[in-house]
Amino acid sequence: MRALVWHGKNDVRVEQMPDPKILNPRDVILRVTTTAICGSDLHLVNGVIPSMQAGDILGHEFMGEVVEVGKENQKLKVGDRVVVPFTIACGGCFFCEKALWSLCDNSNPNAWMAEKLWGYSTSGLFGYSHLTGGYAGGQAEYVRVPYSDVGPLKIPASVTDEQVLFLSDILPTGYQAAENCDIQPGDTVAVWGCGPVGQMAIRSAFLLGAGRVIAIDNVCERLEMARDRNGAETIDFSHQDVFDRLKTITGGRGPDSCIDAVGLESHGGSFDAYVDKAKMALYLATDRPSVLRQAIHACRKGGVVSVPGVYGGFLDKVPFGAAFQKGLTFKMGQTHMMRYMQPLLERIERGELDPSFVITHRFPLARAAEAYDLFGRKQDGCIKVVMKPHDLVH
Amino acid sequence: MKKNEVAMSAHTVNISETERWLSSIAGAAMILSGLKQRSVGGALRAASGAALLTRGASGYCPAYASVGRSYSRIYDTREALGGRCGVHVDESITINRPAADVWAIWRDFESLPNYIPSLKSVTRTDATRFHWEAIGPGRRSIAWDAEILNEIPNELIAWRTIGEPDVVSAGSVRFVQSKGRGDTQVHVRLQYEPAGGKSTAAIAWLFGKEPGQLIRAGLRRFKAIIETGEAPTTAGQAHGKRSLLHYAQRSHA
Repeated sequence: MRALVWHGKNDVRVEQMPDPKILNPRDVILRVTTTAICGSDLHLVNGVIPSMQAGDILGHEFMGEVVEVGKENQKLKVGDRVVVPFTIACGGCFFCEKALWSLCDNSNPNAWMAEKLWGYSTSGLFGYSHLTGGYAGGQAEYVRVPYSDVGPLKIPASVTDEQVLFLSDILPTGYQAAENCDIQPGDTVAVWGCGPVGQMAIRSAFLLGAGRVIAIDNVCERLEMARDRNGAETIDFSHQDVFDRLKTITGGRGPDSCIDAVGLESHGGSFDAYVDKAKMALYLATDRPSVLRQAIHACRKGGVVSVPGVYGGFLDKVPFGAAFQKGLTFKMGQTHMMRYMQPLLERIERGELDPSFVITHRFPLARAAEAYDLFGRKQDGCIKVVMKPHDLVH
Repeated sequence: MKKNEVAMSAHTVNISETERWLSSIAGAAMILSGLKQRSVGGALRAASGAALLTRGASGYCPAYASVGRSYSRIYDTREALGGRCGVHVDESITINRPAADVWAIWRDFESLPNYIPSLKSVTRTDATRFHWEAIGPGRRSIAWDAEILNEIPNELIAWRTIGEPDVVSAGSVRFVQSKGRGDTQVHVRLQYEPAGGKSTAAIAWLFGKEPGQLIRAGLRRFKAIIETGEAPTTAGQAHGKRSLLHYAQRSHA
């Protein structure tokens, strides 16, 4: 088969290799029909997530058709059409029983690595470094899905791939980010980052009763999408001081909750962002948390800071004093996918939601390297790329 | 893992009641006769006597403890593992099953190779004795015989090696059911003899530099199989072209 393979910083290639095989009794093999590039894949390509190995297959947003079923899998059969969540969960541990799916105790075969860095291991993830299992990803023609009687969601024929593909990550992730804000009717929610997760979070915040959503970015077409498609007010941080602006338009009180949909590689133009960038280049820092600092600073007293953006290491100069003095609540983490996939599918089926609005580009898998470059540099208005692994059109 | 742990050693009893009395009487006699002589030899004898007296009074013998031996009436193997000598491993994991289930699975020693990849086989030789064989890097195998020292259903299993094994060790597994929950904490304590020679070399490659790590990996696998029916793996999965570095790291692993 062909798959998109990581070889190093800014070096991804499409290669030919043997097809995946069933390795465990609960596995299935999927023929991938549609897959996408996630903003968090760029962290891998930019080389800021440790424990990648040359030859790793990327991709954690994918769906397809079951072509082979392990002997202990009672749930799926050949021909089923499924969306696969990016977190892998066993379904049998303490955490899975509490629906804390992304904190599964058993699905990471490299748990010892994660324990060294984080104290305890979280769930395995597809195509996202060996710290979280080193599982081969789904930017491929075929993919092996472990514990596949727990995560994958069967999809009815009445909806298209593009309507449901984002149930694999960004839609539940944006939704959980908004749910974590504990939105009360009429609340004001500020969202940093208008990439795909930010867009889903804006949409979800309105669904959950927010009165106003304020979206912060510096990319023109992303701000436009937030405003025109999703009804948010916008702040362009390259022209305006975010804190002053937020304070002014909320009548001096600040947003009730703040969502950091950016994570460890924020690009802010502020002084601290440049210092972070220099430190990261010199391996003096692991993460660049300038958005998180801003969110903590701007959040109203007693508000919630919700973090769907990915962080991995040790953060410098986080204004914990402000967080403490204002009595903030922090909610964060990888998404507990299976809490949200079924209810969100139902909303899509009822026509209340169509997350395919974020798609700006479609590529065959053969041109995946080019797609990464375009997406990474935000060229040509690129917000979200989907790829068809079996599409032979070049 | 806690190396150099002195766990309870100074306060535990590993000598039988009779031996304690004999030890104390002999010690007292040696002190008296040694002090009478008022010479270097006499002082040494008195000092040895003092050690024997202490041993008798405290009921603790460091020499016994270091090989995980206990002849005490209390006969708690958790104490037998508490010597100052040797390398200690102390690892625990929580398994989402009641203690009775987990205990029964563990007690079936002959099935343990299904959970612990480095174990080749475990064969019962009589009611409380088992022959163990392990295999590791280089396909070299080592073997030892062990007997069950103590067994409390749903709570404790303890063993030690017997005869002249490649590995001198003793260990216990304690099962503690969480209050008000259906899960069980499994605590493994293992001590092995760093006596030098063959056994040290064998144990060194069996456990690597961090003996706790292998035990921890085994426990994790044991837990995964019990909770999910399989151990998570990526061995044999699809991948692109690996670098030479990757294979170099693999061969060292």
